Amino acid sequence: MGFPDRIERTVSIAHPPEKVWAALTTAEGLAAWFGNEAAIDLRPGGSARMRWDGGYRAEMRVERVEEPRVFGFTWPIYGLPEDDPRRTYVEFTLEPAGAGTRLTVVESGFAQLPEDVYRKAYGGNTEGWAKELGELAGYLDAA
Amino acid sequence: MPPDTQPRAGPDVEAVAEQVFTALADPTRRAILAALAAQGPATATDLAGRLPVTRQAIAKHLTLLAEAGLVRAEPGERRRVRYRLRSAPMRVAQQFLAALARDWDGPLDALKDHLDRTAREPGTTPVHETRGHHG
Repeated sequence: MGFPDRIERTVSIAHPPEKVWAALTTAEGLAAWFGNEAAIDLRPGGSARMRWDGGYRAEMRVERVEEPRVFGFTWPIYGLPEDDPRRTYVEFTLEPAGAGTRLTVVESGFAQLPEDVYRKAYGGNTEGWAKELGELAGYLDAA
Repeated sequence: MPPDTQPRAGPDVEAVAEQVFTALADPTRRAILAALAAQGPATATDLAGRLPVTRQAIAKHLTLLAEAGLVRAEPGERRRVRYRLRSAPMRVAQQFLAALARDWDGPLDALKDHLDRTAREPGTTPVHETRGHHG
């Protein structure tokens, strides 16, 4: 089936990296195109917050700040309960392209299953679980 | 530090998600899981009273769902065994759906529009943008 771990897009933008950088890394910029409200403490380890009309909000943690080339943050996986520790990593890379910018966004970590979560979730019985899943698959295939 | 960006999907995470979707693809199993989610732990007899399926058929599905870890049987006498939905495999399936539901194309278009708008505001000449490839 292929569990998608990584999403990647590259777009050409007709504005210089400095303008794109400001749109990606300031509260004013983020609130103008990404969310409806934003706050950001732009330094590695700093926190950022986005809110959308309708009540959805995301708490982000700034990870990489290399002006004006790389901006990275982690945030919760959409749809998972708030207490779930899993997060995806989003990284924007800006490259000058003529008078504009080649912007790449990569979001990765959708398929992660950290050890501690795995143990907590499956009671450490991963081997038995895999075996039982195999048996269920066999049954379901036959059904 | 950014987390490990290497794909960590082993056969396990994929197998778990696949089993959840396989279970949900069957109307009876879907109804059983939905009933447990909506109303909490229940015995096969309880479920037979609520669903248009025989107790025997429900018991068979529950045993298989329990073996797969999608529901958990609470200790008890036979026929009194209550089954409880397990959220962990569902969260793995949600991760898969989160990747499919993630929309970067819309926000990136909005980013371009925002930059075009702000560039026009001081009265500069309109710019022509080139469209990048998607995906």
